[in-house]
Amino acid sequence: MEDLIEIRWHGRGGQGAKTASLLLADAAFNTGKYIQGFPEYGPERMGAPITAYNRISTKPITIHSNIYEPDYVVVVDDTLLESVDVTSGLKESGAIVINTTKSADYLKKVLKGYNGKIYTIDARKISEEALGKYFPNTPMLAAIVKVSKIMTDEELLEDMKGSFKHKFAKKPEVIEGNMKALELALSQVKEI
Amino acid sequence: MGIRERLSGNEAAAIAMKQINPDVVAAFPITPSTEIPQYFSTFVANGAVDTEFVAVESEHSAMSACIGAEAAGSRAMTATSANGLSLMWEMIYIASSLRLPIVLSLVNRAVSGPLNIHNDHSDAMGVRDAGWIMLFSENNQEAYDNTLMAHRIAENKNVLLPLMVCQDGFITSHSIENIELVEDEKVKEFVGEYHPEHYLLNKEEPIAVGPLDLQSYLFEHKAQQAEAMKAAKQVILDVAKDFEKMTGRKYGLFEEYKLDDAEIAIVCMNSTAGTTKFVVDNLREKGIKAGLLKIRVFRPFPVDEVANALSHLKAIAILDKADSLNAAGGALFEDVTSAMYVNNKHVPAINYVYGIGGRDTKADDIESVYNDLLEIVKTNKIDNPYRYLGLRREGDK
Repeated sequence: MEDLIEIRWHGRGGQGAKTASLLLADAAFNTGKYIQGFPEYGPERMGAPITAYNRISTKPITIHSNIYEPDYVVVVDDTLLESVDVTSGLKESGAIVINTTKSADYLKKVLKGYNGKIYTIDARKISEEALGKYFPNTPMLAAIVKVSKIMTDEELLEDMKGSFKHKFAKKPEVIEGNMKALELALSQVKEI
Repeated sequence: MGIRERLSGNEAAAIAMKQINPDVVAAFPITPSTEIPQYFSTFVANGAVDTEFVAVESEHSAMSACIGAEAAGSRAMTATSANGLSLMWEMIYIASSLRLPIVLSLVNRAVSGPLNIHNDHSDAMGVRDAGWIMLFSENNQEAYDNTLMAHRIAENKNVLLPLMVCQDGFITSHSIENIELVEDEKVKEFVGEYHPEHYLLNKEEPIAVGPLDLQSYLFEHKAQQAEAMKAAKQVILDVAKDFEKMTGRKYGLFEEYKLDDAEIAIVCMNSTAGTTKFVVDNLREKGIKAGLLKIRVFRPFPVDEVANALSHLKAIAILDKADSLNAAGGALFEDVTSAMYVNNKHVPAINYVYGIGGRDTKADDIESVYNDLLEIVKTNKIDNPYRYLGLRREGDK
C-alpha cells in the first residue's frame, strides 16, 4: 500500500455510501492503519447526491480538508455519472470503481476521457443474490478494497466477519448474506 | 499504554464525559453537537454512569440547570453549538460570575444568520469576553484530552471558572479518526472527586448565591474574576504536566510546530492547524522555513508567551475563522498583535478571515498564505493587513 490513499465516494442519500466509507475506515483501522472517514454534510435527503471521504495512511494524518485529488473514486449509483463530475481531480494513476451494468463505451464517454483505470461491478445483482435486497454498500466496500489493495481479501473477510457480528448482533441472520456479498464482489469486480 | 480506538470528535467528547461521570448533565440538542448528549443519554440509560440527565427545553435552561447544579455543590456538564450558545448567553455570564466550574463541550458552528449549520468560530468568539476558560482542539484526540483535563483546571481553588472545550463542527465532530483513550480507572483517579469549599446545600454554612451586587462591590468581583483568569494559566500548565505523566501526551498553552527556526508562520486554532502542519511539512521539503503556532488556550490568552514565541519571525499570518465585522481584523489577530505590541516585539503581521460557514480550507489555501508571507518578507511591504482566504469574488467559479 502507498503511504497515503485518498478515496472519494459518490452515492445517493439512503444507499449507504457514508456507512461504506465508515466501514472501510473501520476495516483499515483494524489492520493497523491511520484512518479518516467523513461525509460531506449538505442538506441530506433520501436520493440526493452525497459525497463521503476516506484517508488511509501508514502514518498519522493531520490534514482536515475535503479530498480534491483522490487516488480512487467509488460511484455507488451510476445515475450520478451524468450529473456529477465524478472524475474531478481523480489521479490517472488511480482508478474509478462504478456500480453499473452499462457498456464500456458508454462509461468511457460519460467519464469525459478519464485515462486511469475503470472498474465495474454489478452490486445490485450481487446484493440481491446474497441478501435478497438491494444494499449496494457491502459489495462496493469489497470492490474498492480489491482495487486499492488497502488490505488482502482474507484480511477484509476476517475483519468484516467481526464487524458484522457486532453490527448485526440483533439480526444475525443477515451476517451470512453480507459475507457472501463481500466474497462475490471480491471475485466479480473487473477492469474494462 | 492507552486504548487504540477510532472515534468521531463527538464520540470522543461523549466518552470523556462518560469516564468523568459528572453528577448532572443538562443539554438541548443542536447540530453539530447533538450526538454528544445523544450518546451520553444512552450511557445514562444503560447505567454506565450515574449522572442525573436533565432533558431541558432550551439551551438557556440547560445552562441554568448546570448553574443550579454546580451552585448546589455538584459537578455539571453540557454541550452545545452556535445558536444554542447564543441562547445560553445570559447564563454564560452568570455561570462565570458565580464562579461555577461548569464544563461545556462547544462544537463550533456558524451563528445564524442566514441559517448555516457548518463550522466557523463565530459562536466561540461571541463569548470570548464572558469569563470562561476556552480550550481549542485540533482533532478528536485533543477534544478528548482537553475534556479530561477540564475539571482539574476549572475546579482549582485559585481558578473556579467555567471552561469550554471547542472543536470544529463536522470537520472533527463527525470525522472518524484514530484516537488513544485512557483507561476508565485512570481517568477516575486523574479527574478526582469534586468537593467544593462553598455550596448551597451545605447546611453548616448557609450562603446566598447571586444576590444583588451594585456600585460598592461588582467592580471588585469582576477584578477577582480577572485574577482567577490570570491564575488559570499556571493551573492549566500544571494539569497538563500531570496529564503527560499519565498519557505521554504533552500540552502547553499553545503548540509550536517547526517554529524554532521558522522565518514565516501561521497562527490559527482547531482543525486548520492540522492542515497547516501538512503544508508546513511540504514547504520544509522545498527548503522554505515555514512554521505554525497553534493556540490551545485562547482564554486566558497567553499574551507574553505568544509574543515571545513569534518574536524571531520575519512575517506572520493570523487566521480567524470568524469575522469581527469591525473593519479592523478578527479577534485572534487583535489578541496576537496586541500581545506583540505590549511586549515591544515588532513583526509584520497580516490577518485572514477564512472558513466562514463551513467553506472548506484546502492545503492550497494555506500554502497561498505562506506564499503571501514570503512576498512580504521579500518586498518588506504589506498593502492590506485585513484579508480573506477562500472568499469567492465576482468572476470566480
